[in-house]
Formats: sequence, C-alpha cells, structure tokens
Amino acid sequence: MMTKRNSGFGYALLGAVALCGTTAQAAEQITFVSQGGAYQQAQTVAILDPSAKKLGITINQDSIPDAWPAIKTQVGSGKPIWDVVDTPTGYCLRGGEQGLIEKLDFSKIPNAAAMPEAYRSPYSVSYEFYSSVLAYSQKTFPKDAPNSWADFWDVKKFPGRRALRNHPIATLEAALMADGVAPDKLYPLDVDRAFKKLEEIKPHITVWWTSGAQSAQLLNDGEVDMEMAWNGRVSAVAKEGAKVSFTYNQGILQSTSLCILKGAPNLNTAVKFLNEAVDPVHQANLPLHIDYGPGNPKAFDTGVIKPERAAQLPSEPANAAKQALMSYAWWSSPAGEAAEKRWASFMQK
Amino acid sequence: MTISMPDPSQKHQRREHGLMLALVSPALLVILALIVLPVGWLAWQSVYHDGFTLENYRRVFTEDVYWRSFALTFEISLAVTGIALLLGYPVAYLANAVPKGWSILILSLVVLPFWTSVLVRAYAWLALLQRTGVINQFLRYLDVISEPLALVHNTFGTVVATVHILLPFMVLPLYATMQKIPGDLMQAGASLGASPSLTFFRVFLPLSLPGVLAGCTMVFVLCLGFYITPELLGGGRTVMVSMLVSRNVELYNQFGAASAVAVVLLLSVLLIFFVVSRFISLDRVLGRQ
Repeated sequence: MMTKRNSGFGYALLGAVALCGTTAQAAEQITFVSQGGAYQQAQTVAILDPSAKKLGITINQDSIPDAWPAIKTQVGSGKPIWDVVDTPTGYCLRGGEQGLIEKLDFSKIPNAAAMPEAYRSPYSVSYEFYSSVLAYSQKTFPKDAPNSWADFWDVKKFPGRRALRNHPIATLEAALMADGVAPDKLYPLDVDRAFKKLEEIKPHITVWWTSGAQSAQLLNDGEVDMEMAWNGRVSAVAKEGAKVSFTYNQGILQSTSLCILKGAPNLNTAVKFLNEAVDPVHQANLPLHIDYGPGNPKAFDTGVIKPERAAQLPSEPANAAKQALMSYAWWSSPAGEAAEKRWASFMQK
Repeated sequence: MTISMPDPSQKHQRREHGLMLALVSPALLVILALIVLPVGWLAWQSVYHDGFTLENYRRVFTEDVYWRSFALTFEISLAVTGIALLLGYPVAYLANAVPKGWSILILSLVVLPFWTSVLVRAYAWLALLQRTGVINQFLRYLDVISEPLALVHNTFGTVVATVHILLPFMVLPLYATMQKIPGDLMQAGASLGASPSLTFFRVFLPLSLPGVLAGCTMVFVLCLGFYITPELLGGGRTVMVSMLVSRNVELYNQFGAASAVAVVLLLSVLLIFFVVSRFISLDRVLGRQ
C-alpha cells in the first residue's frame, strides 16, 4: 500500500488522512467524502448506513470542508483514493469539464434517470438542497422584519448591523435581486451591476463571514441584526433558543451533488452506491435528521416527509417557488470564474 | 614548501568534528526532509506548471490586491511589535529586578498562555470584544458609552489578539538579555552621582538593546505569517498575506498561485533577518545565550 503513495507529497498527506478512516475490510467498499459535522452525521443515519446494508458494501467515510483542491490533487496524482464526493454542484461540473470527474452512465443509475433533468448533469446527481436566506434577529425586528434583499440594502428603513458571506456565490445574486432583478431572470449574471450594488452596502457590512459556524455565532450572539446565512444554520440556532428567524423569500436555492472521481479505485461499487443514495426513500429520510431538502424531488411523494415538515424545507415546491435557483453552469463558466476572481479585489478596496 | 606529517592535535580535532557531524546528522536529516525539501517543492511549484512560468509572480507583483495585503501585513506587524515592546519591556524589567522567586512567578505567568490553543485565545477575545461582549456590556453598564464600540471584526481586534499571543516572544529575549547586565554597573553609575533614571537611560537601556532587537525581530517575523487572528477577528476585511495563500488555492486551484505568495513572504523574512544580522549576531535573535 505505502509504496503506491509516494507519487506526490500532497497525495501522501491525503492518503494518511484517508487511512485513518479505513478500518473495516469487505469484499466491496467505497470511500465516500462529505463535509463533516451534523450534516454528515445526518446522512450517515438516513442514507449511508441503510445503503451500505442494502448493497452489502462497506462505506468508508472521510470529510473535508472544501473538497475541490483535494479532488484536483488526488486525480492529478493518477491514483485517487476517494470514490464518491458530496460537494457543491458547481465543482462536479467544473471537475467534469476538466477531466477530473467520471462521466455517468445513467442506464446504471435508474433512480437518477427518473429524476427531472434539471436535477442532474452528465457528471453529477443532486444530493440535497440548501438555501442562502435572509436571516434576522427577532429581538431587533419583533415585527416588520426585513423580507427581501431590497430591505437588506435599505439601511434607513432597517437600521442595524449586517453580515454577508465573504464569497461571490449567492452574494452577487442577492445584490441583483436587491437592485430589482427578478429571481428567475438572474442568469447570466450582470456582474458589473452586482458589484456596483455591493459597493453600496459595503460600508454597512460589519462582518464578511467565511464559515457557516461563524455566521451562526454572529446571529446567536447578537453581533449582527441581519445577515445572509444557510437556512440549516439559522434553524439550528433558533432551535437552541436564540430569537432569530429567516425568510425563504428571495433565498438562493443551492445544492450539493454526488460525483465520482476520475479513475476512482472502486468505480463499479461507486456507481451502485450513487444509485442507492438518491433512492427516494433514503432521500426522504434525510430531512428527518437535518434541515436540508432531498436532492431527489420524488422523496416528497413517498409519504415519509410529513406536510408540516416539508413546509420547512428549502426545496419544498412552494418554498422553491419563492427562491432563485442557482445556476452552477453559469458559475463554472469562464464568466463565473472571472467574477470569483474579481471578488478578491472588491473585498480589499 | 614540504609536505609535513599531519599534526596529531589537528587529527584529533578532525575526528572530533567528524563525531559532531555524526551526532547532528539525524537532526539535519529531519530538517532536510521536513523543511528544506517541502519548501523547495513549494518554490518549484510556483514557477513550474506544465512548463516554466512566471505568471504567478507577475500576478503578485502587478495586481494591487497583493500590494495592499503586503502593506497591511507589514503595518499590522509593525503595530503589534511596537505595542508588544511597550508592554513587554516593563514586564521583563520587573522580572529581572525582583528576587528570584517573584521572577519565576512573573515568567510563568508570561509563559502560561502557551498551554492554551491559539484558536481558543482568539475566540476568547471575540467573547470579550464583540458588540455584546464583556467589555462593551461593562462600559454600557457604567454609562461610559451609549453605543457599543466596534472593537472586533476589524484591524483593531486583530492587533489586540495578536499582541496577546506574541507577547511572550518579546518578554523572554528581553529578560534573557537583562539577566546578563551586571548589577554592579548600575551601582557604579549611582556611586558616580547619576540619578536612577539617568543610569537607566545611559547604562541599562543601551545594554538591553540587543534583547529589544531580538524580541522585536521575533514578534515582527512571527506576525507576518499570522493567519488565525485576522481570519477570525478581522471581519473579512483584514486580509493578511497568509490569508492570500489559502485564498489563492481556492481561487486558482493550483498550488503554484499560492506558493508564489508564500515564496515572496519567505524572501521578505529572510531579507529582514539579513538586515538585522548586520546590527546584531543572529545567534542572539535565535535565543542562543
């Protein structure tokens, strides 16, 4: 084993990390990677353990907050150690274009083939939905809370400290909606217009957050009165008793997808797992453990998700209708990549 | 000139050198494997990506984002060094002046924070400095302020926490230098009629300057590479060079873009060491007595 691992320093490091997670030996196994924390635990209960049992395989888990650089390094080394990755859909698309991700044969993935086309790409299948929403403190706004990005930008009508994510994805969309662009008319993004609108709010932003945990802490401690945050983070803080809430109105509906690394060591098992992971019933179980919506819309028809629970989820049809659906195809296009690079100079001006 | 027989004492000395080399070689190998090779690999990546390229350096030297970050990093490092010196000198002086038992107590208080993770200390500062934090709550309770002060999520909060974390690196070299200043000199100054403040400024302070320079160099150089405090307490606007390194990995998806930034920072640090070494023996900076 070890002799295979000397093809690159970074690869050796990643190998060491993966090795820690590899305990059980089975005839068929895969290494599955997600983003850790409560989110990965919820998947383990709802999707991973049941899938492993049903297929009779071992699923070795690993986690990393941002899988993209690791995908690049592993595939670049010629001997990836991961098989299936759960990562923001844009990375699956970009990876597909750059030859880092396996092209999927949907005849072997019937569960995905039955999903609407918008929920898959030649390289990926949507796995779960989350939303970048406008969240606020109910202490500061007991009534007449901000309800749109235009409200967020209106510092006179809604005084208070504000935070946004230190990242262009979803933030540019929010800026355009604040400037009057309809949620379904966002793409291709008018990047100049979005940055111009952002310049307007920039002096009023107290914190540009970098991690989901940070955004939750800002709201929980009353450090800011309103912010963009991921819906699951806000509801988790609210569940712990903080007086905070959010609106799905003009939220930006985002997804992570499953994709398979090019040259994955257990390709066939990985494809089998991919099919099982988007099974409507497994998918319906996910929102019972965490506030994220199923990647497979058929999950709503299984009867597993009660209507009152469905109403809280970002991808529930009525909620989805109020939101903008993120175009990962745009963000992985050259224009999207240029906008990401422009963000750095915007922040430091 | 004739070829003479080797001098036995020289031979003995050579054998001793050989033994020394054998003894340090494990350490040298570790340094080679864990520092020299990875840094070399890093530098290589910054100029080689599918062929030789200076693109990564062109970016660092032409895009003003990088200049702003380097300027901010040097400003913050200077501020941190200055404040650490002002706070650290009296502490070191006190530790040097009091009886042994007390100085051990003072020094252990200085070193104690080392047992706590930097991350925990940064979060602790967040709890102290934020809008609903201890300091703002207290000041509002006293009616000193009506609106909470912006103490964190900016450069101020970053500097405060960084000073706290780096202060021991200032105090310890200062104390070590002060320990070696003979007390007789102060008495001699006094016996010649100089006031205590005059002896301090004319005798003690000049003799402690090597410690000042050593402490300042340590703090300044360590601060240049700081990541956690600006990331957690800088509010996203305080972008120091180390943060550019991680951001470049995300943005350009190749290590070269990041390692070029790291190489430029490393060279600046080496340049600083070079300049400092013209004034003071590097041995002292690195803590050798």
